[in-house]
Amino acid sequence: MSNVTPEITLSARNLSRSFGNLTVIHDVSLELKRGEVLGLLGHNGAGKSTTMQMLTGCLTPDNGDIEICGIDLARKPMHAKAHIGYLPETPPLYRELSVDDYLSFAARLRGIKPGEVSDALNRAKQRCGLTAVGHKIIGTLSKGYQQRIGIAQAIIHSPSVIVLDEPTVGLDPMQIRDVRTLIRELGDAHSVILSTHSLSEVESICDRVEILHRGTLVYSGTTAALDSHGGEAGKLEENFIRLTEQSEAETPS
Amino acid sequence: MIKLIAMRELRSLFVMPSTWFVFAALQFIFAWFFLNALQSFLDFQPQLAQVENAPGVTAILAAPQFNMVALLLMMLVPMFTMRLIAEERRNQTFALLLSSPLSVHQIVLGKFFGLLVFLLALTCSVPLMIYTLAPGTHLDHGLLLGNCIGLLLLTASYVALGLYISSLTTQPIIAAIGAMAVLVGLWLADIAASAADSPWHQVSPFHHFQSFNSGLLDSGDVVFFFVFSASFLLLAMQRIHNNRRYG
Repeated sequence: MSNVTPEITLSARNLSRSFGNLTVIHDVSLELKRGEVLGLLGHNGAGKSTTMQMLTGCLTPDNGDIEICGIDLARKPMHAKAHIGYLPETPPLYRELSVDDYLSFAARLRGIKPGEVSDALNRAKQRCGLTAVGHKIIGTLSKGYQQRIGIAQAIIHSPSVIVLDEPTVGLDPMQIRDVRTLIRELGDAHSVILSTHSLSEVESICDRVEILHRGTLVYSGTTAALDSHGGEAGKLEENFIRLTEQSEAETPS
Repeated sequence: MIKLIAMRELRSLFVMPSTWFVFAALQFIFAWFFLNALQSFLDFQPQLAQVENAPGVTAILAAPQFNMVALLLMMLVPMFTMRLIAEERRNQTFALLLSSPLSVHQIVLGKFFGLLVFLLALTCSVPLMIYTLAPGTHLDHGLLLGNCIGLLLLTASYVALGLYISSLTTQPIIAAIGAMAVLVGLWLADIAASAADSPWHQVSPFHHFQSFNSGLLDSGDVVFFFVFSASFLLLAMQRIHNNRRYG
């Protein structure tokens, strides 16, 4: 172990966001270090996707600051966003384009120079197992492939922060295993934040977990600590349910 | 970056079979209209020869041809602008652009110029058809140039308006109907206003195209088209910004 503290790649402080009168995110703070995989866990509608949209600049928070690699996202969005790779809940694919065309477009969009696009393209395709389908039209490929193309566009420019919104939804067990292995690899060199409602996913790939419930963070700590948090070890699922129920009881209705 | 987004728009248009179908159908309509007009010109030519200061072939053939294209564009442009932002939002591909290191004006201008180049490719056959007459007759190049500039500015103003309306909704079909309603509404306001100095004439792009159509290059019309296009492009940028802000 080196004594150097890993670089903080993403830090969000006191994020709040409401849509009309409905407060969706309330006072959420997050921090992500290089070489770390952070899982954002929560029920459907807990505010995971909204948080991720704010972290990637797709939504502006009502309050709070976001810094990507030390660059303020609100003040210098162009610089900050160059360090982000984002896979939204629905992969943002132009279905009429071929895989190569689409990924080259994504690479250029993220600021890769024209001469370096083909290298980046080959690397991303290799990592995501897309080498054989480069010339195929995206719309004709299966859901599993489309999800992998979505991941490939998020990592093609080797960003410091990779934000993945439910990356394994809709995949078969083999594909889930492959994607998890890939995320783990990515987490070693970059830093990954992923949202999920699958506890086994958190257990198998995340270093740290933040539990989001009704727009507030109810737990933050390592995966191993959650496993034994306030109860018997190995009862991850029960702890998750207890934590969210506890916060439900505390929330005045 | 503007060029990159424009190229992506063009690529997406040209890989779709429906684009080629529309392209071919319009070339057929343009050619049919042109040949029809040419035939009637040839039929009337002996009578025209007896008139003093008779209008030339360019005024008789080209001006109505451009006028017809300008009317067709009113229906046609919304079909293409509807996709620009509404479809990206519906298919959730807009997140790719929003999370990339791009400014809002790069996104809007990229889409604007991409579609404008496509529509220019679509309509460039009109002056080319008229130029096929050049070996046999004398053409009024000034009038043709005026019409070409007018058509370019008119197309740009339609695209800017369509782009803005496309940014208001996530349903492409609503964007198409909305843009068409506004364009036809502006046109009707122009032709329905009987008084020559009615302000309704001034708000209609089609009215400003008429002076180009008759070979008149008025700087006031040019300014109108620039202000009209720029306003709607700025509104579209503001709308995308507001979407981020208010969800």
